[in-house]
Amino acid sequence: MTPAQKVQEQFAPEILEAHVFRGDEMITIRASALRAVAQFLKETPELDFNFLMDLTAVDYLFYAGGRIAKEWRFEVVYHFFSLKYNHRMRIKVALDEKNPEVDSLCDLWACANWYEREVWDMFGIRFKGHPNCKRILMYEAFQGHPLRKDYPVNKRQPLIGPQI
Amino acid sequence: MTPSHASANFFTSKLTDALGWARKFSIFQYPFVTACCGMEYMATNASHYDQDRFGAGFPRFSPRQSDVLFVVGTISQKIAPVLKTVYDQMCEPKWVVAFGVCTCTGGFYDNYATVMGIDTIIPVDIYIPGCPPRPENVIDGLIKLQEKIQKGEQSRGLYDPRLKTGRPAGMQQGYSIEGQIKHREP
Amino acid sequence: MTETRSMLLNVGPSHPATHGVIRLIMELDGEKIKGVEVEIGYLHRAFEKMCETVMYTQCFPYTDRLNYVSPLINNVGFALSVEKLLGIDIPLRAKYIRVIMSEISRVTDHLTCIGATAMELGAMSVFLYMMQAREYLYELIEDVTGARLTVSYVRIGGVKADLTQGFADKAFGKIEQVRQVLIEVDDLLTRNRIFFDRMKDVGRISPEEAISYGITGPFLRSTGIAYDVRKASPYLIYDRLDFDVPTGTTGDNLDRYFVRMAEMEQSLRMVEQCLQQIPDGPIAGDLTGCIIPAAQMVDRGKMGQTQEFIEDEVTTDPTLQGSTRKYYGAINAMRKDVVLPAKEDTYGNIEGLMNHFKLVMYGHGLCPPAGEAYFPVEGANGELGFYIVSDGRDKPWRVRVRPPCFAIMAALPKCLIGGMMADLVPTFGSVNMIAGELDR
Repeated sequence: MTPAQKVQEQFAPEILEAHVFRGDEMITIRASALRAVAQFLKETPELDFNFLMDLTAVDYLFYAGGRIAKEWRFEVVYHFFSLKYNHRMRIKVALDEKNPEVDSLCDLWACANWYEREVWDMFGIRFKGHPNCKRILMYEAFQGHPLRKDYPVNKRQPLIGPQI
Repeated sequence: MTPSHASANFFTSKLTDALGWARKFSIFQYPFVTACCGMEYMATNASHYDQDRFGAGFPRFSPRQSDVLFVVGTISQKIAPVLKTVYDQMCEPKWVVAFGVCTCTGGFYDNYATVMGIDTIIPVDIYIPGCPPRPENVIDGLIKLQEKIQKGEQSRGLYDPRLKTGRPAGMQQGYSIEGQIKHREP
Repeated sequence: MTETRSMLLNVGPSHPATHGVIRLIMELDGEKIKGVEVEIGYLHRAFEKMCETVMYTQCFPYTDRLNYVSPLINNVGFALSVEKLLGIDIPLRAKYIRVIMSEISRVTDHLTCIGATAMELGAMSVFLYMMQAREYLYELIEDVTGARLTVSYVRIGGVKADLTQGFADKAFGKIEQVRQVLIEVDDLLTRNRIFFDRMKDVGRISPEEAISYGITGPFLRSTGIAYDVRKASPYLIYDRLDFDVPTGTTGDNLDRYFVRMAEMEQSLRMVEQCLQQIPDGPIAGDLTGCIIPAAQMVDRGKMGQTQEFIEDEVTTDPTLQGSTRKYYGAINAMRKDVVLPAKEDTYGNIEGLMNHFKLVMYGHGLCPPAGEAYFPVEGANGELGFYIVSDGRDKPWRVRVRPPCFAIMAALPKCLIGGMMADLVPTFGSVNMIAGELDR
């Protein structure tokens, strides 16, 4: 059984979507199930996902010009890797824009700390239980979350210099 | 003119020339290195394209002890106040070299995080465009800087993007959309 | 009444020992480091946002400037991700060329890292030797791609141009020169008392902590875990090459130095093997008959011997556009919806012109199917992964680069706390932080 099938078997009611595209397995789950799934992936001996390779988010506002319908706005994407079995897994958490909040994984993997700060900085998604959630790439005086689709690409908020 | 005035002017102009000659061959640079241009700066400093033969081989890593500020690499909005502080800490006479197109006009990083040209914050004497400039370009810029130092000229003005004054012709890119915010088309 | 407080020292954004801009707020008790807070983001250039505003092929210059000491590895990673999305495969010669250029880039990265670290520890001549070795490799890169540093050489579906004639001989010569430099540097540094004492047992990290922080690359291999993306999930033609993955034992700075020096030797070995194994392009074969070199044609023309020119075919450099149609099939996947046609076709017939237009006009262009793909590549610092989400149109919806040194910088406080202030310099040098990749 592949890791995705094991997760689907264990967490069937929480799963919104599951498919395989170009050899990558990915599962979309509800925000409430994230901690349980992450602990399952890390602690199950046959899965043993000890690396959290990447933690990022995608904003699906007006995806494909509206031609492809998406029920939620944000997806937080987790890439897991197992050193022992050399398999990978992608978990996506679906969030809507009214309440973009998800559990933090800082106590399971130490790298989640900085990755989650970056997602907060760029997208405005809050992580419950994060010890130090402040901006990491932008400066504190910056208002807004730049990687959201409704933030214009060249709207500058300069600290010094001409205010344009 | 009485002979004494003429001889006084002769001596002061010779003194200015001598000072300029001394200054141009002993450039103590502060390399404010941020990004990829730093690699070409290191290559210009190394033995292949030696910068030391122009007297500019020993960087001084303190603004109080240097006279030329080499701004190498993209300046983001977050580090712009630091750049201004470093410039203010330098003692007169001081010159600024904008190394790389990101410092000249902003390069192709027309976004929320980049300063489109450092001459909006500090006055710039020499612009060395290129992404990154080849070491030969850098040496060309260095020689032009030496000519400027010999004459004792320094730039003082900033670039005003609304009036588009203060930058040499041919460098008028950068804030090409002043006031207009570019949205991604849906 | 005495009161003891620790000192807060700001190792500021612009500092000679920090390669690039980063801020370390250190809490010191005399010379001992009690706490470190790392502040990044001083070179945030919005790579991910810019990639959403331009077409796929226009993203390549932005990827060059991510890890700017090994730009070709970033190019290759991005191209492989998009090709995974599209589901296409590239010709064998193009794969070999990508591997050759990637490994040369990896050597330039390690040369710069060790050179800069040694310079900060006082070994100025080592820095100059490393820069000289790097210049030899830049000459090779410049011959093929046209630029020294920011190359934008790789294209989706292949590479921009074939290798030049005589590249193999020149490369073998340069590799020998680089090996000589590495032998000299080894003599200068490895048994040098000062270097050894400053690097040994400094900046240690345990394997469990390294895994928890998501660290990969030479940093992880120095702790003893032999994880290399080229061996674990081989891409391009790494499964045909014979190379070792050097590992350390203790996870300190000295092990990282040894791992990098050994990796450089392995990369040079890989380039030599590739040059021996590479399948010939169409320019193989002798130049007798009615194919003459361009310089000879010019000479004959100057002397007035212009008969039969109309039947003669001229060989020019494969990097010169306008002469590349016969090399094209060997270095590009011949897919009309992905790869630009050769210039002879673009300017020669209407089908080529329309094909070219359909690939470069806004609104058209190469459109991968809607979906997402993640492709990990072995960068010089670790696993460099590109996660690309496509919406079926000509511009990417989201491009995410997984920066290898982001994880390492998050673990930097762990390496530094308990050491001395002066240990900051070699530790930071061995981390090989590239601000372009860290802040994007």
